[in-house]
Amino acid sequence: MSFRDRLSALRANRFSAGRLSALAAGVALAMLTIAPAKAQTTLLNVSYDPTREFYVEFNKAFAKKWQAENGQTVTVKQSHGGSGKQARSVIDGLDADVVTLALAYDIDAIADSGALPKTWQTRLPNNSSPYTSTIVFLVRKGNPKQIKDWDDLLKPGVQVITPNPKTSGGARWNYLAAWAYSLEKNGNDEAKAKQFVGDLFRNVPVLDSGARGSTVTFTQRQLGDVLLAWENEAFLSLQEFGADKFDIVVPSLSILAEPPVTVVDSVVDRKGTRKAAEAYLNFLYSPEAQEIAAKNFYRPRLPEVAARYADRFPNVKLVTIDGSFGGWRTAQEKHFADGGVFDQIYQKGR
Amino acid sequence: MLAKKAVGFTPALADSRWVKGLLIATALAFLLLFLVLPLVSVFVEALRRGTDAYWAALVEPDAVAAIKLTLIVAAIAVPMNLLFGVAASWCIAKFDFRGKDVLITLIDLPFSVSPVISGLIYVLLFGLHGLMGPFLKSQGIQIIFAVPGLVLATVFVTFPFVARELIPLMQEQGNEEEEAALVLGASGWQTFWRVTLPNIKWGLLYGVLLCNARAMGEFGAVSVVSGHIRGETNTMPLHVEILYNEYNLVAAFAVASVLAMLALVTLVVKTVLEWRFGAELAATRH
Repeated sequence: MSFRDRLSALRANRFSAGRLSALAAGVALAMLTIAPAKAQTTLLNVSYDPTREFYVEFNKAFAKKWQAENGQTVTVKQSHGGSGKQARSVIDGLDADVVTLALAYDIDAIADSGALPKTWQTRLPNNSSPYTSTIVFLVRKGNPKQIKDWDDLLKPGVQVITPNPKTSGGARWNYLAAWAYSLEKNGNDEAKAKQFVGDLFRNVPVLDSGARGSTVTFTQRQLGDVLLAWENEAFLSLQEFGADKFDIVVPSLSILAEPPVTVVDSVVDRKGTRKAAEAYLNFLYSPEAQEIAAKNFYRPRLPEVAARYADRFPNVKLVTIDGSFGGWRTAQEKHFADGGVFDQIYQKGR
Repeated sequence: MLAKKAVGFTPALADSRWVKGLLIATALAFLLLFLVLPLVSVFVEALRRGTDAYWAALVEPDAVAAIKLTLIVAAIAVPMNLLFGVAASWCIAKFDFRGKDVLITLIDLPFSVSPVISGLIYVLLFGLHGLMGPFLKSQGIQIIFAVPGLVLATVFVTFPFVARELIPLMQEQGNEEEEAALVLGASGWQTFWRVTLPNIKWGLLYGVLLCNARAMGEFGAVSVVSGHIRGETNTMPLHVEILYNEYNLVAAFAVASVLAMLALVTLVVKTVLEWRFGAELAATRH
């Protein structure tokens, strides 16, 4: 037998049926153990209180889209809580791939810890806020205390329910909306605005730590005459408890609340989930997602979706945080930092 | 008593009947108002929309995950505290050393510290910007916002239960029996298994039951280190809070009723043990 013959015999032997099947089995086994890790992506979305219902629905839509486009399963886990508290957890190492919080300042705080660039808000369209909301009043059916606008909240005997601006994002929007109203009415007189908001908070019997807590206080514990609430939260209360129990009152002026979203760079780069995380956030801007947002009572950004829901979201004069307050960092510093305006008026009121 | 009666004193317990009745009635009313009623209302609320809704709430994946997680955390934390409790009370009761009082005080510490603080200390230690956080992160080890953090917080909070139960018991029992065993040639292990353990078994069981009840019910400390990831780091008490905040009252109370039942089982086990081994228990517990 020549050398060549022997070699080919050896080759034939090596690739004999038996060995081949063993090899195939081995590969299959390896695929089995590796495959789930590869085809399965898990994202963690750390969000604030009132978005629970929205993201349940959105996550399903995203998983379907991701599956169709990439043939992979993606599971999105959710964590909800007060916006400031959630930001704190991410800073302390909660492995959020994306954060979808109530206001930009809370994401700024995460950026300050180095987890994402300080220019994060320019990375996505519309100030990185794919949906917006505003602050409205929820009153008891028939509006027995005749609350029509911000002035009515100051009347003696009116109990106002709002969460604590120190811990709740929604409460900070509430507070700033009241402030903006007073400025507008009194020709930008800061002293009067301070007096106005101070009087308002003297009518607040209890400060819950988060928006959802306040809603529960108003709707279930039946405390107070008016709840200052996210528009979406107010609509949700009507849906949950029946439109025969509460009315929504839209004030003459409110604030454009932009709850922003971003990828947490340090986490997605470590976990290798950047692609999915970015696709997840981009999908928020798609017509399908905008529709889901509108259905869950968030104001959509896309004009064609907004047009379809125009009767749900009344036109109201909205001031912006950048236009009226010089951005979140300035507003936070001036109003909500220790010893800031809120501390001054709230302590004086006690 | 007899002597007193004989000399004509008003018997000290003459009006005992109605005083006793009043006391019992007060105690019962109190129990009814603050214990039985809330407990019943948990079950009433949970079953308000029928048994189907009740079961649906319990077999829902996030609820199952929460129940599993609670049992896992308790299954790790309780044995740890069992070992620690026996070791600590052994060393405190049977040996004399300097700083013993300090050690006893330290064991009591978790009782006096607010659970929120207990959680925060672990965030300070293992958080991303904490003492050991950056190192752990670089090693890919996640402590807080994951199961290890939940276990740590639970262990801390339930730390004193076993030890507190055993220390007075073992101190009272003294060293004589162990000394006798050693003199008769038993090894250390033999002494422990055959002399010490049988002496303390009822106290130990008590401590473990209490420890377990608290481990499963702990809210504050666990809430701080949980991160509240649904289906992953939510224990049952946290899951109840979430459901409640989502206006899902039936589900919230359904899960709460499972917690309540676990507590009731603990209570029943304790009562059965007392009833079955009452005499022995009394002998060891004085």
